[in-house]
Amino acid sequence: MLDVYFRNKLTELQDLSKLKVRKLKITNCENLDTVNEVPGCNSIVEEETNSTDSDEEIYSTDDDDDDDDDDDDDDDEGEEEEEESAKEGKTRALFGAIHPRNSVRCIRSKMAAIMQGIGAATALSSSSSSFDSKGFQLPSVKYFPERKATSLVVRSDGRLIPGSNLNARNVSGRLVTNAVAAKADTSATSTASKTGHELLLFEALREGLEEEMDRDPHVCVVGEDVGHYGGSYKVTKDLAPKYGDLRVLDTPIAENAFTGMAIGAAMTGLRPIVEGMNMGFLLLAYNQISNNCGMLHYTSGGQFTIPVVIRGPGGVGRQLGAEHSQRLESYFQSIPGIQMVACSTPYNAKGLMKAAIRSENPVILFEHVLLYNLKERIPDEEYVLSLEEAEMVRPGEHITILTYSRMRYHVMQAAKTLVNKGYDPEVIDIRSLKPFDLYTIGNSIKKTHRVLIVEECMRTGGIGASLTAAINENFNDYLDAPVMCLSSQDVPTPYAGTLEEWTVVQPAQIVTAVEQLCQ
Amino acid sequence: MSSAVSAMKIHQPLPLPTTATRSPETPLFDPFKSNSSFLGSTHKLRINSLKSASSGYRRSAVVAVSDVVKEKKLNNSSMVNLITKEEGLELYEDMVLGRAFEDMCAQMYYRGKMFGFVHLYNGQEAVSTGFIKLLKKEDSVCSTYRDHVHALSKGVPARAVMSELFGKTTGCCRGQGGSMHMFSKEHNVLGGFAFIGEGIPVATGAAFSSKYRREVLKEADCDHVTVAFFGDGTSNNGQFFECLNMAALWKLPIIFVVENNLWAIGMSHLRATSDPEIWKKGPAFGMPGVHVDGMDVLKVREVAKEAVGRARRGEGPTLVECETYRFRGHSLADPDELRDPAEKAHYAKRDPITALKKYMTENNLASEAELKAIEKKIDELIEEAVEFADASPHPSRSQLLQNVFADPKGFGIGPDGKYRCEDPKFTEGTAHV
Repeated sequence: MLDVYFRNKLTELQDLSKLKVRKLKITNCENLDTVNEVPGCNSIVEEETNSTDSDEEIYSTDDDDDDDDDDDDDDDEGEEEEEESAKEGKTRALFGAIHPRNSVRCIRSKMAAIMQGIGAATALSSSSSSFDSKGFQLPSVKYFPERKATSLVVRSDGRLIPGSNLNARNVSGRLVTNAVAAKADTSATSTASKTGHELLLFEALREGLEEEMDRDPHVCVVGEDVGHYGGSYKVTKDLAPKYGDLRVLDTPIAENAFTGMAIGAAMTGLRPIVEGMNMGFLLLAYNQISNNCGMLHYTSGGQFTIPVVIRGPGGVGRQLGAEHSQRLESYFQSIPGIQMVACSTPYNAKGLMKAAIRSENPVILFEHVLLYNLKERIPDEEYVLSLEEAEMVRPGEHITILTYSRMRYHVMQAAKTLVNKGYDPEVIDIRSLKPFDLYTIGNSIKKTHRVLIVEECMRTGGIGASLTAAINENFNDYLDAPVMCLSSQDVPTPYAGTLEEWTVVQPAQIVTAVEQLCQ
Repeated sequence: MSSAVSAMKIHQPLPLPTTATRSPETPLFDPFKSNSSFLGSTHKLRINSLKSASSGYRRSAVVAVSDVVKEKKLNNSSMVNLITKEEGLELYEDMVLGRAFEDMCAQMYYRGKMFGFVHLYNGQEAVSTGFIKLLKKEDSVCSTYRDHVHALSKGVPARAVMSELFGKTTGCCRGQGGSMHMFSKEHNVLGGFAFIGEGIPVATGAAFSSKYRREVLKEADCDHVTVAFFGDGTSNNGQFFECLNMAALWKLPIIFVVENNLWAIGMSHLRATSDPEIWKKGPAFGMPGVHVDGMDVLKVREVAKEAVGRARRGEGPTLVECETYRFRGHSLADPDELRDPAEKAHYAKRDPITALKKYMTENNLASEAELKAIEKKIDELIEEAVEFADASPHPSRSQLLQNVFADPKGFGIGPDGKYRCEDPKFTEGTAHV
């Protein structure tokens, strides 16, 4: 049944000529149901069929299932899949168009998704097919038979490695296919409306930007290649022809100066949005961001406001090298007077973009290079999210996992595994990196008494470090275990894919950490 | 000196009783003997600069400004009509205000009424007065840490500036800025920046705003200009060049005024700069570069008129290098031991206030008595400012957490679910955020 399902999907996507594998995973972006993609997670697959990466993915299967149950599960799984695809109004994420610049990255992410999709399907299915090591061509995808006490460690080169024994303590004897036990908070979802439109994250950002520019003629965009080029990640595509070269200003390569210029313009009445082509470039603008953006309102005694939005893609991408893989949230968090938010889904990207533009405070909006192609259905109606609130991704009972940006997806990937093992993690996307939403976080801690922070930031002085301190200060009495923080290694991001993968937190580590905390 | 005068006539039609040369006899530093034309006499420099044609564009760019002045000069047979009596008195009053204020600052500092870094403007008043008195209220001024007099010239009341220096809550920035951060929304003083070069992009942004208003928001009569003041040390900073580029590229209505007082704390401009003639850096970016005697307010004013006019007409930016000098040290903490006393004496003779006084009395624009009356008035004003500042209250604790964010929701949501700014401790200033 799954075979058929995937085959159908394949035919839909014949035109992705760069991909050897012509299959895309459909994923529910916000609920992260059955099959999920984790952008940039694990699999790095070459474009050719000979994939030689050594990434691993760990999927757990229900090791106590008998064969009888397996058949049932299989049937259920298939049904669910079909139900799912038929449902409307449920948000889905699909890796859509390949962005020209990110083509390789997208392919890899897609491959990752496919890998996981296959993996997940493999884990959940009981049909006797085996994994094809040569490039995942659909007709030859086979699934491994169920085994007892299995954990399916699938290398992307196709070799199967008997992994550690992961006990799946699925009490009901059924495989849990949904990581999300219940619907997320209404404030974060759009599932109520069956209407709405699907778009990719960068399009959502653009939509938010365009709506605000239509609404207020003082809103303008300043940055390198934002105008005629349409933005290096196409967030400002087609805006320059619409609004003119002065409203969507292509600047020379002078970050410090044009950030300062945006601040001066903000002081005199405009509302500029500064785009850092890569967040790392804003290190050159640190003088202006720290001294003027953050402090000018205060040192002028409140006379001048700086309603500026500084945004750009950051984070570890696909072998972009050390300098293009920086996470500046840790550097900026000490600057008084600024707010920092990180978007992770098209829904919250658009909402946060609009909120940031409307805010009178200077806001730094962190986007992630690998998340630009996430697809989601978002409401047609206008909506603005709160800059200070966190987002409940998955309610749970056993442990609070706090995360943001790309790591949200690694966490949800791990949550899948954890749920199958019988844990019930509560996942919160903190969204607001400065200030922290201590209310949502606190309520969660009071319920679960255990906290795991998963971030992509560096270990030292990162967001996780600050959050750990804040939690210990405010909620110490409610903790049954020390706060654990999983961050990236304090290492300049290496170019080599294998090394790069090990600097960033992977779902397997998250699973291990949760198990450790929940003992 | 006749050659000096004839050269000066190009853009300095006013023969002042003082010489226009820097130390004519002794070069300042031995290693630069080869550059003696610059060191030795700036008047010679001006002739050279006008005659040299390293590129036709450059020369025309420089001469463009001076040509206008030259024409004006030729049209006026007498040189008296440069300013009217009212204008003269206004300029005089402004310069005396600046001088008296700064002198009072020094007194107050040594009496322990103000602390930290205080940078005084004595000797450079001609630049501030020459430019700012031509501006409208809506025009913006952006400065550095030596900003007291820029704020005063722009119209910020002396009492507000003095209170700010005393750190009182009635200061123009509520005591939160201090000497180096003079801001005024009402008078469009955009600061006041402690790091040099930091203010130039902000000024460029204000100019961009003006252009944006004119072209995007269609406020057709918006012709606000911005004047950015900074020093010779700043003209070696990257932000300076980046902004010159952008301003010229987009023809922003901004005037970059270099107050070249030859010293950046203890670093001589000649030791820090490969080509000390800063005005040359303008044409390199496509804007006129003008060099003017910054100790003479009338010359500065003439150049400023042209530059401001250019900006208002939308013709783009101008770089004006004002050769000037600060009579005091870099700041009140600077012992000022490094500068040659002969150099200081030389410039003391060119005090802009004495020069203007002499001009006005000699040309019968004002009598001694009138000028004395102005001086007295200013003294009283300064005294009153000090009294006001003394009597003003210190900021209360509740002011600590105000103004950090324009929208205080930015402090976030506390553990109790309410926004932190709603916490009463917050408004008291005792909350920890």
